[in-house]
Amino acid sequence: MVDVDLSLVNWSRAQFALTAMYHWIFVPLTLGLSFLCAMFESIYVRTGDEKWKAITRFWMTLFGINFAIGVATGIILEFQFGTNWSNYSWMVGDIFGAPLAIEGIFAFFLEATFFAVMFFGWNRVSKGFHLFSTWMVAVGSNLSALWILVANAWMQNPVGMAFNPETARFEMENFWAVLFSPVAMSKFTHTTSSGFLLGSLFVVTVSCWYLLKGRHVEMAKKSIVVASVFGLLASAYVGFTGDEAAFEVAQKQPMKLAAFEGLYKGEQGAGLVAAGIINGAKKPGDSQGPFLFEVKVPGLLSLLANRAPGSFVPGIDDLVYGNSEQKVMGVAAKMKLGQLAVADLAAFKQARQEKNDGAASEALARFSANKEFLGYGYLDTPEEAVPPVSTAFYSFHIMVILGSLFPVIFLALLFFTLKGKISETRWLLPLGLLSFFLGLVAQQMGWVVAEVGRQPWAIQGLMPVKMATTNLAVGHVQATFFMFLGLFTLLLIAEIKIMLKQISIGPEGL
Amino acid sequence: MSQPLTRVYTFYRNGFRDMTVGRSLWKIILIKLFVMFAVLKLFFFPNYLKTNFQTDEQRADHVLEQLSRPAVHNH
Repeated sequence: MVDVDLSLVNWSRAQFALTAMYHWIFVPLTLGLSFLCAMFESIYVRTGDEKWKAITRFWMTLFGINFAIGVATGIILEFQFGTNWSNYSWMVGDIFGAPLAIEGIFAFFLEATFFAVMFFGWNRVSKGFHLFSTWMVAVGSNLSALWILVANAWMQNPVGMAFNPETARFEMENFWAVLFSPVAMSKFTHTTSSGFLLGSLFVVTVSCWYLLKGRHVEMAKKSIVVASVFGLLASAYVGFTGDEAAFEVAQKQPMKLAAFEGLYKGEQGAGLVAAGIINGAKKPGDSQGPFLFEVKVPGLLSLLANRAPGSFVPGIDDLVYGNSEQKVMGVAAKMKLGQLAVADLAAFKQARQEKNDGAASEALARFSANKEFLGYGYLDTPEEAVPPVSTAFYSFHIMVILGSLFPVIFLALLFFTLKGKISETRWLLPLGLLSFFLGLVAQQMGWVVAEVGRQPWAIQGLMPVKMATTNLAVGHVQATFFMFLGLFTLLLIAEIKIMLKQISIGPEGL
Repeated sequence: MSQPLTRVYTFYRNGFRDMTVGRSLWKIILIKLFVMFAVLKLFFFPNYLKTNFQTDEQRADHVLEQLSRPAVHNH
């Protein structure tokens, strides 16, 4: 039997989460601000108005600061794969190798060419080529995010691959199935559009600060108009892609959907919880109510999950214990098949060591029959397949509530700015000032839903997180956790300090 | 050096020379990369399978060994 030290698993998990969450402060701002810079510059090139050039250069400087501080912070995640998650890293190397290599090469060439023109090229190259480079940086930065999101989507919905017991690796069978899986596409579009939203909120926040201080008023108003229009379009797109993402979750990860909706008993025409307080004492299978308080919109969850308002949405209890009436296979049944798969894998290994080809081939055939349940063979109890419901529920609802607030802020800012009354609308400016920080919270909550909601799986249904870890000393992981905490906090302080200094200086010539 | 290459070189050289905020940012980038690759990667994040096993076959065997035994918790 393999000893799995849960404190090691949890510290490794915490370390990865910490790194990813810090990394995700910088990335969405890069994704969004890059497009806003391109838009500001397009207006400059079209109008020839030097004020728009100053505005573009100002936001480009802030974009550059964020990019420089954030660049390469994601590489630390790759370090962790090799050290803390070696089993997982070995198994998925064939799947992740290609996308991550493409990302690295793509990012290098992008940065060495178009970034250089964007920052060094003012007055050195033609206006048209400079604008083209800025757009290329925007498109390229977003495309470079595609590959890591494809890798993440594959973990949530492993398609286009086959497990090879000879090499203990998942091997790519269809690159296009991995790249264009609906989960990957909805994840990419939802994530990048949420970056556009955050970039717009950043511009709004800085501009509102200027308006409150009565400085650079003209630039602030112009910036608010562009950012609010972009933010409104991004909000609509985030909503649309969020709906797609939730639909995919319902189809591929129904336990995650049930967890972030706090749905224990499956229902026909299930309602969507608009707001609620989770009953923390509730356990799968017991008779307690899941909420202390809830506001539900009837039928909406069924519509969201299956595109049919009266359809059945399985709850946590259905998924754990099974529901024969609705043809839902329970975790307990899957565990039995998973245990057979694990046993057959062991038999295959044994036969191979004994060079008994016949027995190896028989074991492999038996393994193939149950291989899709492999991960369930490592669970101790059916309830282990349930993610932390409170965390998933609250993070999902905070994200959705904030995501619904942002278009209202953009609309109000746009309305009062176009009316010429934004400087006098004192109640709105503090809300605008706060909006970027709310956007950061929404961003982080989105990833918490995605990653906590899929627990216990590292690879959905095939590999639980506890089997992905390397057997390291827990003290080593704790030490590096605090090192990262220190390093990233320093980087964040540097970012805030340089950013604030630059904001305080403001745009040149305005 | 041919003409286009000279122009590219001059473009980058002048760009780096004229940097203002960029100077501090480059310092941060270089320090960060040094800490990441020369300290963290080297001393704290060795690739476990590459360090402990010589061949891919041994690595595959090790992972298969882990996978072919059901897990138990050690609380």
